[in-house]
Amino acid sequence: MRDSTELAAEKQALANERPVAAADTLLDDAVGTEAKVMVASQWRLMWWRFRRHRLAMAGGVFLVVTILLAIFADIVAPYAPDSYNAAYSYAPPQLIGFSPEAGLYVDGYKAVVDPVLMKRTFVTDASTRVPLGLFVAGEPYLMFGLFRSDIHLLAPKDPKQPMFLFGADRLGRDVLSRTLHASRVSLSIGVVGVALSLFLGMVLGGLSGYYGGGIDTFVQRLIEFLQSIPAIPLWIGLAAAIPQTWPPLTVYFVITVILSVIGWTGLARVVRGRFLSLRTEDFVTAARLDGVGDLRIILVHMMPSFLSHIIAVVTLAIPGMILAETALSFLGVGLRPPAVSWGVLLQEAQNIRSIASAPWLFWPGFAVVTTVLALNFLGDGLRDAADPYAT
Amino acid sequence: MNMHDPTLETPGPNASGRTLLGVRNLKVHFPITKGLLQRQVGTVKAVDDVSFDIREGETLGLVGESGCGKTTTGRALLRVVEPTAGSVTYYPEPDLAVDMLALGKRELRGLRRDIRMVLQDPYSSLNPRFTVSQIVSEPLRANNIATGSELEDRVATLLRRVGLRPEYRGRYPHAFSGGERQRIGIARALATDPKLVVCDEAVSALDVSVQAQILNLLSDLQDDFGLTYLFVAHDLSVVEHISDRVAVMYVGRLVELADTAELYRRPKHPYTAALMASVPKPDPTLRGKSRRHRLQGEVADPANPPSGCHFHPRCPFNDGDACVKQAPELREVAPGHLAACHYAERLQLAGIAAPGAV
Amino acid sequence: MRPDSATPLIEVRDLRTHFFTDEGVVKSVDGVSFDIPRGKTLCIVGESGCGKSITARSILKLIAPPGRIVSGQILYNRDPAQPPVDIVGLSQRSQELRAIRGREIAMIFQEPMSALSPVHTIGDQVSETILLHERVGRVEAKARAIKLLDRVGIPRAASRFDAYPFQLSGGMRQRACIAMALACSPKLLIADEPTTALDVTTQANILDLIAELQAEMGMAVMFITHDLGVVAEIADEVVVMYLGTVAERGDVFSIFRDPQHPYTRALMRSIPRLGEAGGRLESIRGIVPHPSNRPTGCPYHTRCDSYMPGICNRVDPRLEDIGDGHLVRCLLHSDRETPVNAGELAR
Repeated sequence: MRDSTELAAEKQALANERPVAAADTLLDDAVGTEAKVMVASQWRLMWWRFRRHRLAMAGGVFLVVTILLAIFADIVAPYAPDSYNAAYSYAPPQLIGFSPEAGLYVDGYKAVVDPVLMKRTFVTDASTRVPLGLFVAGEPYLMFGLFRSDIHLLAPKDPKQPMFLFGADRLGRDVLSRTLHASRVSLSIGVVGVALSLFLGMVLGGLSGYYGGGIDTFVQRLIEFLQSIPAIPLWIGLAAAIPQTWPPLTVYFVITVILSVIGWTGLARVVRGRFLSLRTEDFVTAARLDGVGDLRIILVHMMPSFLSHIIAVVTLAIPGMILAETALSFLGVGLRPPAVSWGVLLQEAQNIRSIASAPWLFWPGFAVVTTVLALNFLGDGLRDAADPYAT
Repeated sequence: MNMHDPTLETPGPNASGRTLLGVRNLKVHFPITKGLLQRQVGTVKAVDDVSFDIREGETLGLVGESGCGKTTTGRALLRVVEPTAGSVTYYPEPDLAVDMLALGKRELRGLRRDIRMVLQDPYSSLNPRFTVSQIVSEPLRANNIATGSELEDRVATLLRRVGLRPEYRGRYPHAFSGGERQRIGIARALATDPKLVVCDEAVSALDVSVQAQILNLLSDLQDDFGLTYLFVAHDLSVVEHISDRVAVMYVGRLVELADTAELYRRPKHPYTAALMASVPKPDPTLRGKSRRHRLQGEVADPANPPSGCHFHPRCPFNDGDACVKQAPELREVAPGHLAACHYAERLQLAGIAAPGAV
Repeated sequence: MRPDSATPLIEVRDLRTHFFTDEGVVKSVDGVSFDIPRGKTLCIVGESGCGKSITARSILKLIAPPGRIVSGQILYNRDPAQPPVDIVGLSQRSQELRAIRGREIAMIFQEPMSALSPVHTIGDQVSETILLHERVGRVEAKARAIKLLDRVGIPRAASRFDAYPFQLSGGMRQRACIAMALACSPKLLIADEPTTALDVTTQANILDLIAELQAEMGMAVMFITHDLGVVAEIADEVVVMYLGTVAERGDVFSIFRDPQHPYTRALMRSIPRLGEAGGRLESIRGIVPHPSNRPTGCPYHTRCDSYMPGICNRVDPRLEDIGDGHLVRCLLHSDRETPVNAGELAR
């Protein structure tokens, strides 16, 4: 089977002497997309996979918009959250219109006496118009608590005129403005709460998974104990124990802590599971054989492998926090007025009158639903993209 | 049980003769637990009283089928799994002896520079989140061997040594094929200038043509850097090709140990002979010739091994008496050739004929 | 009209199975033709990525999206006197395909633990196959299953009938899979690397068993493997595949004695053989290209020692018959008017 010609024999001898540098890599043949895939890091691969998930991208975009709106609520909202105009109690929402001569406007209100209910209600009156302007001067506010400004994105040119795109509540407060300002509290409770849970979950889950043995047993039983306590009664109990006299900010902080103290258990289990499976991976064994210390193995070798999963789990945990806070406030045992959160706003919608005659009071509920949905889609996309190596 | 004196083994052809690593009565037992309180109901004797020496500069092949304990032995030498009993002594210099099992964590880390391992699966032994450079430099970093630009230089040199282009050091493992990844693993193993490298089924997961490349590479590296290998594998042809001496294991015990040529031409243990007969030869004119040597039954279960000689239920020479009652010692049955069989001297076993022989 | 025994059981003609992924089209099988002779063993040998497994699965139309059989024919000559059935044309849900699968063409896989259901006893699984395809009752099916388990070498078959797969060793599980496959006396057994995950002594027994059963039942066997030793032991005909195409095919003796394709030759030279230790192994330079990045012209030219620049990278060779049923796909053997260096045509 050997080549017998001299030429071939010479070639063979050369091949035998040639240093093994003949290894051409897959990179040599790769062109275009494939070459990019090969030099891509874990995060880039994850982003590429995520990008294909349309629903998740839509959710992501929606959330970015929501977060921007929350940060810049002072500018975007036409009114401050607590400014009221009793004259316009339960005013219905106005539609925005545009005409080349008059610019942006909303229809004005006229009071109408409802013969059946024997009450004064408002309806929009197309004959009067309230001109609107962009970046007009309106109510003053303290931007980020730092500097004064009074520019609002979209507001009536005449600050005394009413503009209630989402309608007004019992005290004539603009539902849109209140919803926007409330998003700050609701979203941040979600994020801060999950951050706390994440910290507790990573530390306890990590210790549990890496060392096993007694620590693992103790932490697992603790988790089981905490999870066996019914959540809502526990929250309500703890929240109801908060003295009424505490300032809203403190109450906010305490609510967040309460939510995290229960929430860490789910994350801890996920972290522990990942640690257990990673511990037996060959590359972890190789790292130990390299002489790498335990701490570096956990933080540098193992953590990137499960960070992507954690991100996905966390993104899916935030809606739970938001809903929990909304539920608590809705039931009256969470945040209370004058603090605004979506749950507080919904609490004021808790009567037949609202449902029947002022349904626009449920806009905050719609905000909760869309935010939670967006977070869920985003989390789904992240979870699917989280393992670009499918190991 | 196995009372042989490894110093009776004659050195292999490429070795200096000096013992680099001595293994005595090594046992690795895993408990089988059951129930809520985790009571021990049995033991898996993965490695059961194994003794051998590894000579400096040689390649000692460790071969056997599943459950024989070869992988566990290799890992026990590095204390990836902790031995239950026995001793492993490392002789870095002729007059220095280090009891490896007595070392604390810190000293063990130091020793892990000298004894390294190449793992089997090229897909799971490299951290997919690390670049090649990071993978190869990690042992250098962990042992404070080099930093900064010197580190980079050493990484480049290592990559070149194993036949990879240093320009690709910033790439991630998924950009490389199985063979190339195994080269990265070998570069990582050599990073600390080790004396002994345990190759734990290092070529088993590779395609045949790539296997040849990697075996050639390992051979070249051994010549260039005076390395000693413990080559753990299940493929008899590969082991024959690369080893100076070969040890055969069955269900936790060493059953035969000899120079490669000697073992393959004149095996003294029935299991070794049967193993060789079972390997399909890539020559259709030889088909059917070894059919009469087929072993019945399955490989014994290390959790519940047969009494006496573990091989007796499948052995065509089972005498039904001594073989069942008494485990044979691993003893010298020919110069430098050890076998654990009551009838080793008397059996005429067929080995592999040398090329050109009839 | 060919005599009955000479009509191949399966004729694969220019089969192409492509996978349409987001990253592009992967042409796993790209123009494969071979015959499976009746009552004989055909071995398909090649390294990873050559498409041998996909070819086997294509025969039983076990290709799931994003994969698809794009073109080609798989002619199944159940009865030589009748026209063949083109399996490619059968729809996934057709009665005819379901009748063929399991009853006339059976398959065993590499990992018996994955192929067996962990929650059913092996006896139940074998019986299920019988009940699906034969008109017998439960009692009769059980009796046949026990006989089958015994025939494949499972000791104490009657009591092992009630064993679960996890209670058996690897070799026993593979025997159970073989029993399932043979339950209805198929005409063709497709074996996809069935012994790769087994010990060498167990492998020898399984190979013996398959050979015995083949002789007894007169069935054809299509055996996929990467191990040339196994091929030499059991094959009657050999197909060597590379990157989705057939590089060479012929009967086992001529392939081993006188391989014509440079890839086959290089493969033969790169395996360590028992009894021939020492020296360097010849390796094939480079690596198998990614199937989505197929080289132009001959797929093997990037690694070939007999590469002819300007020819091999431009022209995709056809499978040429060089006599005695030995076919090679290499420009060295093309009878076109191409200048071939006589020194390269070594013997």
